[in-house]
Amino acid sequence: MRTYSCLVGARRHSFSSLRDLLAKATPKRSGDELAGIAAESAEERVAAQQCLADVPLRRFLDEPLVPYESDEVTRLILDTHDAEAFSPVAALSVGEFRDWLLDYRTTGATLEAVSPGLMPEMVAAVSKLMSNQDLILVAQKRRVVTAFRNTLGQPGRLAVRLQPNHPTDDPRGIAASIIDGLLYGCGDAVIGINPATDSVPAVEGLLKLIDDLLRRYEIPTQSCVLAHVTTQMEAMRRGAPVDLVFQSIAGTEAANASFGVNLALLSEARQAALALGRGTVGQNVMYFETGQGAALSAGAHHGVDQQTCEARAYAVARHFDPLLVNTVVGFIGPEYLYDGKQIIRAGLEDHFCGKVLGLPMGVDVCYTNHAEADQDDMDTLLTLLGVAGVNYIMGVPGADDIMLGYQSTSFHDSHYLRQTLGLRPAPEFEAWLEAMHISEDGKRLRRIDERHALLAHAIE
Amino acid sequence: MPSNDSRRPAPAGPDSWCSLSHYTSARIALGRSGGSLRTVSQLDFRLAHARARDAVNAAFDANGIIRQLRHDGLPTEWLTTAVPNRETYLLRPDLGRRLADVSRTWLRNAANAWGRRDLAILVSDGLAARAAENHAAATIVPLVRQLESEGWSIFPIFVVPLARVKLQDDVGEVVGARHTILFLGERPGLGSPDSLGAYFTYRPRQSCTDADRNCVSNIRAEGLPPIQAARKLALLLKKSARLELSGVRLKDDEPAEIESPASAPPMLVEG
Repeated sequence: MRTYSCLVGARRHSFSSLRDLLAKATPKRSGDELAGIAAESAEERVAAQQCLADVPLRRFLDEPLVPYESDEVTRLILDTHDAEAFSPVAALSVGEFRDWLLDYRTTGATLEAVSPGLMPEMVAAVSKLMSNQDLILVAQKRRVVTAFRNTLGQPGRLAVRLQPNHPTDDPRGIAASIIDGLLYGCGDAVIGINPATDSVPAVEGLLKLIDDLLRRYEIPTQSCVLAHVTTQMEAMRRGAPVDLVFQSIAGTEAANASFGVNLALLSEARQAALALGRGTVGQNVMYFETGQGAALSAGAHHGVDQQTCEARAYAVARHFDPLLVNTVVGFIGPEYLYDGKQIIRAGLEDHFCGKVLGLPMGVDVCYTNHAEADQDDMDTLLTLLGVAGVNYIMGVPGADDIMLGYQSTSFHDSHYLRQTLGLRPAPEFEAWLEAMHISEDGKRLRRIDERHALLAHAIE
Repeated sequence: MPSNDSRRPAPAGPDSWCSLSHYTSARIALGRSGGSLRTVSQLDFRLAHARARDAVNAAFDANGIIRQLRHDGLPTEWLTTAVPNRETYLLRPDLGRRLADVSRTWLRNAANAWGRRDLAILVSDGLAARAAENHAAATIVPLVRQLESEGWSIFPIFVVPLARVKLQDDVGEVVGARHTILFLGERPGLGSPDSLGAYFTYRPRQSCTDADRNCVSNIRAEGLPPIQAARKLALLLKKSARLELSGVRLKDDEPAEIESPASAPPMLVEG
């Protein structure tokens, strides 16, 4: 295996492999320290970044971080690599690639053309050399537009996943939160429930609840119940109204196995959803969630740092042409991302990597109560992601998810972002909001009295 | 001429659909100032988060639990994990999954005198010391009474600060317990700063994973009260002993009260 070294002042720093170099070059975070692969000093970290800057991008094609023979994600990445799309950057080093990304001449169209030629490892590598502002600037150039019953990701738009969870899946409790969110102008990305019980009848019941609501009020959005993919497939076989198929995914075959999934299963699920033909303006039928640390927590990281593992998960997502992908950035806890600073950095990295790889990235801007973070940290990350052009964020009543026990962003938070940055909902959904007298001028909420149509038959 | 009132914002209240709050404890119909939170909601949220943070950081009064248990006639022993302090506990889950060497050596010697028994019960602060302080003894005492009346032999109650769920495998293997059960404070939610969880394992050993365990969570006055939790755990433990298994294959007959982290990303399950 090739080793790497670099001279910093009088001191030579050596790295045992490309994997080791990437891990040591990663901005400090608790998960890599837990894995025992992080840089041992601040100087060693920068030395690794200097060394990484000189590594040719091609090296990632020649030296897979996780073996081709034993990992289907590596096989997917290498077998689908588009050499022609890669050619504009094929001669660059990682450091030169950063300069190329920042260049005025590198536009959204340039990035779109090169996307199929980029491996997640290349994008993860360059992100380690980039500052937070670099991550924002480049991500903002790259718009990724997808569609199902509305159109998501256009410039000047910010969508919201309405997340109406309830600890016992009580249909009236969930309906109450959905109505609350709709009346706050949220739900254009998806109305997506995390069920407390992963059973087929429970999932069918919740899907039907949202479907009835969408049809009764002709709401141009899509639904999802975030059960295990096999549960959703069984629900489809029984005729349940499945719009989007959800699954949590990670960046190695072994980590995906710990989630009970593989590429073939995801492909089968996608085909089943496509066959239902429920999209009206588009056919992106998949919804994926990811998060740094997932592979390590499954003991399936192969010595690869958590941010690079995360970027590999995006290669899995990309293969299935999803409507939505989001990183649940602060959910996993302080042993992976310790505090607000680490969560903010990871959120920007994930959004950047996903966008540059061509994904419709959203971010669950969130934290748990045992992390050193609070709502102000979330405001900061939310604002940065708004500037970076994030496709969507979560909308949880009052930012407090009473089922999953963590704090995300609220309906009110989405209004803050739409107001400050002049962002509007998805166009079809915006038209519906205006027609329903919920909002005006795209971003102002109107007063709703108790005779409003949505409240009239609200809970039955 | 503008009056004083015109410079004061119109009094904002909750939204007109606040009656829907009857159906959920989610923070709905909060009302708004412009499109933002009203001051009252902003401060409500901060208070809930402050309580949750205090719960995570609270010092653990392990002696208090020992006193409560001894008061009810239950012998106790103090064990320590490999975790040196609370900050390390949060950062190094691996250290909370094993005993400190000195504690393991002591336990091995003590176990020779005790002999093999049916059940080892462990109590830890976990992520919410107050959960253990408030509900552990109240759950353990009736559980022990019930099981002993049906002939179960039980080790002294082990009080172990800064433990993770998997510590029960280490302890169970050292003492030779048929079952282990670990009570520990759960990750506090905004509305539940003192929720206790109980995880049990049949034939605990180092190779066990979360799939080999059963969990009864949300033990607290507003959730599953301790007396009911004890009854439920006694039933499940007896069923586990009868079927000689635990984990995903041990189905609960009353599913509503056992929570499974079904739709949460798997990383939520903290070993």
